[in-house]
Amino acid sequence: MIQGEVIRVSGPVVHAGGLRGSKMYDVVMVGEEALTGEVIRLDQDVAIIQVYEDTTGLGTGEVVENTGEPLRVELGPGLLTSIYDGVQRPLPLLAEQSGDFISRGLRVPGIDHSRRWEFEPVAREGDAVGPGDVLGTVREYHLEHRILVPPGVSGTLESVSDGSLTVDDVVARLDGERPIPMVQAWPVRKGRPYARKLDPSLPLVTGQRIFDSLFPIAKGGTAMIPGGFGTGKTVSEQTLARWADAHVVVYIGCGERGNEMTDVLSEFPELVDPRTGNPLIERTIMIANTSNMPVAAREASIYTGITMAEYYRDQGYDVALLADSTSRWGEALREVSGRLEEMPGEEGYPAYLAARLAAFYERAGRTACLGAGDRAGSVTVVGAVSPPGGDFSEPITQNTLRIVGTFWALDTNLAYRRHFPSVSWIKSHSLYLDSLKDWYSASVAPDWVALRDRTMYLLQKEAELQEVVQLVGPDALPEGEKAVLEVTRMLREDFLQQSAYSLVDGFCPLEKQYLMLKAILAYYDAAVATMGRGVALRQVLALPEKNEIARMKEQYDAPRIRDLIESIGVSARALEAER
Amino acid sequence: MRPLFTKEYRTVSYVSGPLIYVERPRRISYGEVASITLPDGEERTGQVLDISREVAVVQVYEGTNRVDDRDTRVRFTGEPQRLDVSIEMLGRVFDGLGRPRDTRPPIVPEERPDINGMPINPFARDKPADFVQTGVSAIDGLNTLVRGQKLPIFSGAGLPANRLAAQITRQSRVREEEGNFAVVFAAMGITWQEASFFTQEFEETGALERVIFFLNLADDPTIERIATPRCALTAAEHLAYAHDLHVLVIMTDMTNYCEALREISTAREEVPGRRGYPGYMYTDLSSLYERAGRIKGRNGSITQIPILTMPDDDITHPVPDLTGYITEGQIVLSRDLFRRGIDPPIDVLPSLSRLMSLGIGPGKTREDHRNVSDQVYASYAYGRDLRRLVAIVGEEALTELDRAYLAFADRFEGGFVSQRNEDRSIEETLGIAWELLSSLPVHELKRISPELIDRYHPTHGKEES
Repeated sequence: MIQGEVIRVSGPVVHAGGLRGSKMYDVVMVGEEALTGEVIRLDQDVAIIQVYEDTTGLGTGEVVENTGEPLRVELGPGLLTSIYDGVQRPLPLLAEQSGDFISRGLRVPGIDHSRRWEFEPVAREGDAVGPGDVLGTVREYHLEHRILVPPGVSGTLESVSDGSLTVDDVVARLDGERPIPMVQAWPVRKGRPYARKLDPSLPLVTGQRIFDSLFPIAKGGTAMIPGGFGTGKTVSEQTLARWADAHVVVYIGCGERGNEMTDVLSEFPELVDPRTGNPLIERTIMIANTSNMPVAAREASIYTGITMAEYYRDQGYDVALLADSTSRWGEALREVSGRLEEMPGEEGYPAYLAARLAAFYERAGRTACLGAGDRAGSVTVVGAVSPPGGDFSEPITQNTLRIVGTFWALDTNLAYRRHFPSVSWIKSHSLYLDSLKDWYSASVAPDWVALRDRTMYLLQKEAELQEVVQLVGPDALPEGEKAVLEVTRMLREDFLQQSAYSLVDGFCPLEKQYLMLKAILAYYDAAVATMGRGVALRQVLALPEKNEIARMKEQYDAPRIRDLIESIGVSARALEAER
Repeated sequence: MRPLFTKEYRTVSYVSGPLIYVERPRRISYGEVASITLPDGEERTGQVLDISREVAVVQVYEGTNRVDDRDTRVRFTGEPQRLDVSIEMLGRVFDGLGRPRDTRPPIVPEERPDINGMPINPFARDKPADFVQTGVSAIDGLNTLVRGQKLPIFSGAGLPANRLAAQITRQSRVREEEGNFAVVFAAMGITWQEASFFTQEFEETGALERVIFFLNLADDPTIERIATPRCALTAAEHLAYAHDLHVLVIMTDMTNYCEALREISTAREEVPGRRGYPGYMYTDLSSLYERAGRIKGRNGSITQIPILTMPDDDITHPVPDLTGYITEGQIVLSRDLFRRGIDPPIDVLPSLSRLMSLGIGPGKTREDHRNVSDQVYASYAYGRDLRRLVAIVGEEALTELDRAYLAFADRFEGGFVSQRNEDRSIEETLGIAWELLSSLPVHELKRISPELIDRYHPTHGKEES
């Protein structure tokens, strides 16, 4: 083991002398309190280290030990329902050791090593197995947790265990290889291997109308949610964590508020997954590195999270990774870069910011897994971005925008008038529309694409008309355009607005989304058609169906909306007949 | 182990702004407190910001005026900065570094915690859930304050943020409980007059013996402001967690704090972030704001009301911007409303309380609270939009309905937001809101469920009976 001593301390950055032979990203133990750190630069025999804990009290001359290992996380059953800090230390264990406040130099295992799991073997003695092959399974809450042959290991099975085991117990022995325990360690900065990437052709259904119907995201896709403060980034991320149709959700609170994590912690055990009926917490892994916890651990937290996500992906599951907020991660990079006295790029961010962001988002994807059988898994990444001053031209927003497939732009003005989710339909986009078209046509309705395109057209039209109204007032518009304004108001208020806190409307199934949209557009069509035959807009607006449309989200189910669509047609014909 | 005797250094080699560089330090630790003796015998306090084998960088709280590079002596104490805390601090006045500023003797400490505190384990946090009635309609009704929240006031130069803070302090109460509260007041670079306004205010309401003051006034050393809020929060934590008090911490003015931070960063020649503020300002501010909250199994709580001045009323300026990203909402004051005599001039549209939904509803305030608040917001926002339109096309061009919205916006500002020194219960606040909403047609109240309309609407369906 290489040993050296502290020669300089500057915030989270420590210089240590006498560490020649260290590798980049080796984990080191710094000082008498053995604070964990990571080598981020080598200069002669000086290693520059970012420390994951507060360095107050650390002095020159204190000892530094290089472990020779990269930063790794423990992977195995027991990850679900856990809540970790940025370097996979379970917060409940930290609380046991140091009380309500987090002190330094604590070392605790990432997963519970004493808990027993009922291991059911799948592979048999004498089987030839390779990386990714399923050795057996344990039940982790509702999930069939598959224990795989680790990457890089293959051979003939000499024995397979059975029964109640801890994660350290050997589940299988291969000829000429080390015995395989249930737990594996994996370096966080290295993506886990897979057979090949697959096209993103399935949507990640979120139950949120503006996401699913207008700007969908694919399983294995990437999305960003930028917005100034108060626009609802965190609520959006939490809504996705609740309702996204994934098997596993990894929620990373990266440099955000402590009370928000408490909110998730106290709420998720009570909320039920609408698809499985299980408590949401049982499919969730949480990483909470709040804003006042050490900066370097914040930098590590998103890698810790995505490595866990990849681990479940490799078992053949769909994983959603929600990072709130990637800006805080970028700021952590900037802070460390500044302490290293690197030449700054844009706004003080290091020149490698774009490359790091791209490399992180590229770990998302839908993949064919290693190993026998036809397993496919996915990691979908949704990152919140907090642009300073709500200005989207800043480096993190712009560099992320270049990489991600879906852009959900939050709008401060919408938030001010309490239009939530405050996703701007003018600025947002989704690059997955084409690849998801077939799925929507087959699984929701053949005219889904047409309906969506018309909705977008009307909303765009509204934006143009609003400009005219600002100049000449609404009365100057012709009736037909007034009808557009009326209908787009319905689209905004009765379709796009969706309360995350509503028990009924918090999650809106795809079929209902489709029918709601169809009802509003049916109303528009009826208005246009009857007005063409001489009926006044005023009369159309007086139809009782207009108020019914407003009640769809909270009070109507799919069959009732179907009836409503019919009655719109009937009422419109009656209006014409009156004339 | 550190030797029992401490060495004095006379190796000051470089002085710049608030920083001194001490050469050839031995066994000094990051963040420890230094005591600096000037040639004339004056003692000052500093903190180690950076150490290497060659040099230690020390920020001097009282400034480097008259520090020389020959006779100035520096002694490192080997300890982080600590504050003597005790329940006896209530009713006392301290300076920005926590030394008594009144004429009374030093306190007898019950504890000597590190002023930097430690991060609360998110797992140990308890969810804020108690509604705090401030008696201010724009806050209680639309941006409800919850115990354990951090809710800043974004003010502009000359706007009455202090009066609002004083009003909140005076009127705040949690229903069911009385008595076990305390106020910790941290002043950073405010004028003597402003400080004295608060003193008088607390004196008049008889709250003075429940208040701890930490005063760093405008003519006090700037760098001391870095320590002031930390001292205040350390005292608050002691009161909250050792004495089970509900503590309200008022910190004013955060803009001055950030300027002190910028001054040090510039002196260290760090790569500046936006507008010259350091890149780590978000992290630094969060180390203050995140000390608000509640902890499971403890009775006390810390609620923060930081006050800051938005330079040029610009909400995108780094100080309000970074604050808004950390705090759980914000109360924004508007110059436009202030000019029109609305008091307090709270602009509710950009204001927000993120924890509102935890503190309202049946059993806490009233079942219609959420709906009413959403409706008032939506209607007022629409009315405000119309004002812009009216400026161009005139009021005559509006439909009757739009004129009703326009009138709603005016009456909302005049009757709901503006209340001067009145102390309104939540029922009164919601009553006024219903009164205003009843001026709009019932079918426009889309955010309120039909049952609640039936139950609470002052006129709808009531004519017949």
